[in-house]
Amino acid sequence: MNRSTMPLETLSQNCDVAALAARRSIRWQPGLAAQSGPVWHSEVFASANHAGGAAAALALALDDWRHTPRGEARETQDCRAILWVQTREAARLTGRPYRAGLPEELRHRVIHVLAEKPEDALFALEEGVRCREIAFVIGEVSGNPRALDFTASRRLTLAAERHGVPLYLVRLEAARDLSSARMRWEVGCAPSAAPVWNAQAPGAPVWQAELFRARAHPPGAWLLGEEGGRLCAGRKRGPDGEGEDESPHYNWTGGLQQRRRSRAARR
Amino acid sequence: MSGRQGPSSPPPRRILSIWLGALAMDRWHSAQEQVEDGPLVLIADTAHGPRIEAANAAGRAAGARAGMMLADARTLCPAIRTAPSDPAGDRALLEKLAEWAIRWGPWSALDPPDGLLVDVTAVAHLFGGEPQLLEDVAAAFARRHLTIRAAIAPTAGAAWALAHFGVQRSILASAERDQADMPALLAELPVAALRLDSDVLTVLRRLGLKRLGELTTIGRDALQRRFRNRRSPAANPLVRLDQLLGRVPEPLLPVVPQQMPLVQRRLLEPIRHRPLLDRVLEDLGEDMARALEGRAQGARRLELGMWRVDGEVMVRRLELAAATRDPAHICRLFAARLNDVDAGFGIEMLRLRASWAEPLALGQQDLEAAAEQHGTSLAACIDRLSVRLGEGAVTRPVLHPSHIPERAQRWQPPLAAQAPAQAELAFHQRPLKLLDRPERIAVLYATPDGYPQRFRWRGGVHDVARVEGPERIAPEWWRERGAARLRDYYRIEDREGRRYWIYRQGLVGDGRGGLPDWYLQGLCA
Repeated sequence: MNRSTMPLETLSQNCDVAALAARRSIRWQPGLAAQSGPVWHSEVFASANHAGGAAAALALALDDWRHTPRGEARETQDCRAILWVQTREAARLTGRPYRAGLPEELRHRVIHVLAEKPEDALFALEEGVRCREIAFVIGEVSGNPRALDFTASRRLTLAAERHGVPLYLVRLEAARDLSSARMRWEVGCAPSAAPVWNAQAPGAPVWQAELFRARAHPPGAWLLGEEGGRLCAGRKRGPDGEGEDESPHYNWTGGLQQRRRSRAARR
Repeated sequence: MSGRQGPSSPPPRRILSIWLGALAMDRWHSAQEQVEDGPLVLIADTAHGPRIEAANAAGRAAGARAGMMLADARTLCPAIRTAPSDPAGDRALLEKLAEWAIRWGPWSALDPPDGLLVDVTAVAHLFGGEPQLLEDVAAAFARRHLTIRAAIAPTAGAAWALAHFGVQRSILASAERDQADMPALLAELPVAALRLDSDVLTVLRRLGLKRLGELTTIGRDALQRRFRNRRSPAANPLVRLDQLLGRVPEPLLPVVPQQMPLVQRRLLEPIRHRPLLDRVLEDLGEDMARALEGRAQGARRLELGMWRVDGEVMVRRLELAAATRDPAHICRLFAARLNDVDAGFGIEMLRLRASWAEPLALGQQDLEAAAEQHGTSLAACIDRLSVRLGEGAVTRPVLHPSHIPERAQRWQPPLAAQAPAQAELAFHQRPLKLLDRPERIAVLYATPDGYPQRFRWRGGVHDVARVEGPERIAPEWWRERGAARLRDYYRIEDREGRRYWIYRQGLVGDGRGGLPDWYLQGLCA
């Protein structure tokens, strides 16, 4: 059945359009997983000359993990491992995870997979989201490999949703291609918060995060940071120090427009 | 004493010691077509030329002894013939004999290099008494053309001593039941019967102690003082004497025969096509699961051998992260390995062998089936990943005791036990990610030992906005050469907010090279 012959009624029968629209109008904020559950498939676009992409993906993953309500049948303490998949190119560009620098509760859980090719990395990601003893999967893929097309990302999304294991895919130095990820972030670096004791030293990390495509939320931009082990999102600082994008009616097609603009700029 | 002789008291311990004095020579003879009578020695090559390991009767009569150099023996008897010795083969034969010797008792132990110990406690009446048991042993070994000396005694030490130095087929009665005076009965044996090292025997000979009875004449304190630094039993005559007389226990390591689970299919028609091969593999997997289930084990390593019609054998080996006997999982893992199999004219036999198995209790079947819908287990996931991506691709970072950051982390198999390690120090700020090798950067600084101000990395220029440091990490002098330079680590943030971990290798004027180089090693969160 192709799209032109599909009757319109099936769409309205299968999903509650009004509820979907209502959910979509909720702005994203940290800790939202407590109400609506974690987002199963997210993509984080980042440059390869800083570790902000992986760090922000970890922060988002930890935020979802902490706020996901524990079901009745689950153990009270989650001792599952996490899977961190890197292609060799991504490992060469941004290095491998370093145990002593990871968040405290993840240090003993990390299982690292080094894949030679993007195809192998996709295989590892899919095996990871199909495993019930893994809390979440972090992937790092550089560039826009041919293997990671819309079909592959749709496959990952379906597997993650079916088995309930969130997947956070870091895309290093990648253009915003087609993808079925439920939330797509663009993460850049931002000057860190002022430390308490030494004003000269770098403080707690802060990332400039833009949600440019999301299924359940309008797009927006935040300054993400961690305070006391919790993710907090501040309004993005404008050039004059004031908050921007105050209007509740943020342009939904902003992400797509920016993509066109960025392509034109590249040209 | 009398209380222990009641009907409920355990029977006294009896150990049978068998000494195969000419094991190597007997084995060589049995491998030959016809026995030759001339002088013959088995030799091993050493740094100083061939050395004699064993000699036959004619050779011994000609003057050749074990331990002698072959050149010395040739001067005594030029007609001596040689053959290479095979200690590994002798050891294998001894292990087979140890398994075979379980026919005389519940367990047997190896007594390398050329002896066996069998526990014959409360067994002798099955053979009609201990003398008859010894005759049975002698007859059984004679049928295998092996010359032995055997003895039965209450302790392994006494049995060994009597087998080597006592009368042929001697039996030492139990001290508890028959009030036999073991020290007196064994007093005439030489001190070599104590299973001591040769240097200790030399010491005892120089002290003038030749018989076991003489050891007791000079007093225990004197011997204790003389050998107070010797902890190992083979170097301390007192410990050996106590073991011989049963005053201290002597643990023995019994030989337990183990068989690898093995299933095979001989095919009526050679198969050449993949679907048929998969079908046979499924059958083998189910057979293997049944075989393993009967032993309450799961396989850790599996070997699939495929015999082709033209005589070629192809082997595919698989290692699993955790013990399993799930046929579907095994077949799935092997299926990825069978793509490059060349069937040629056809495969006529397949054999699946679990060469490494671990205990695995029976699990509830229906719970597992329900879990199958929810996802795979971690072990199955790791198996699939490592089969497709290779052995070293799936790893887990673990701490290693070292100050140097790249050495402080190692990678090990994901399900291996993590060694206990000291926790990281909380005030050490470490980066989230570490580059595989530190990358050299060009740094502008106000003074050579001051803070960096601007640096160039991968073609981009970074202005340093904030900096913290230095954290000085000295080279590990016990591991590196003397010219290794120290490292001063700085945590920095550039104008755009990118955070890095860089270090300067060395100091100006530390006498270990010119101006220090700068490296970028880690990317902070």
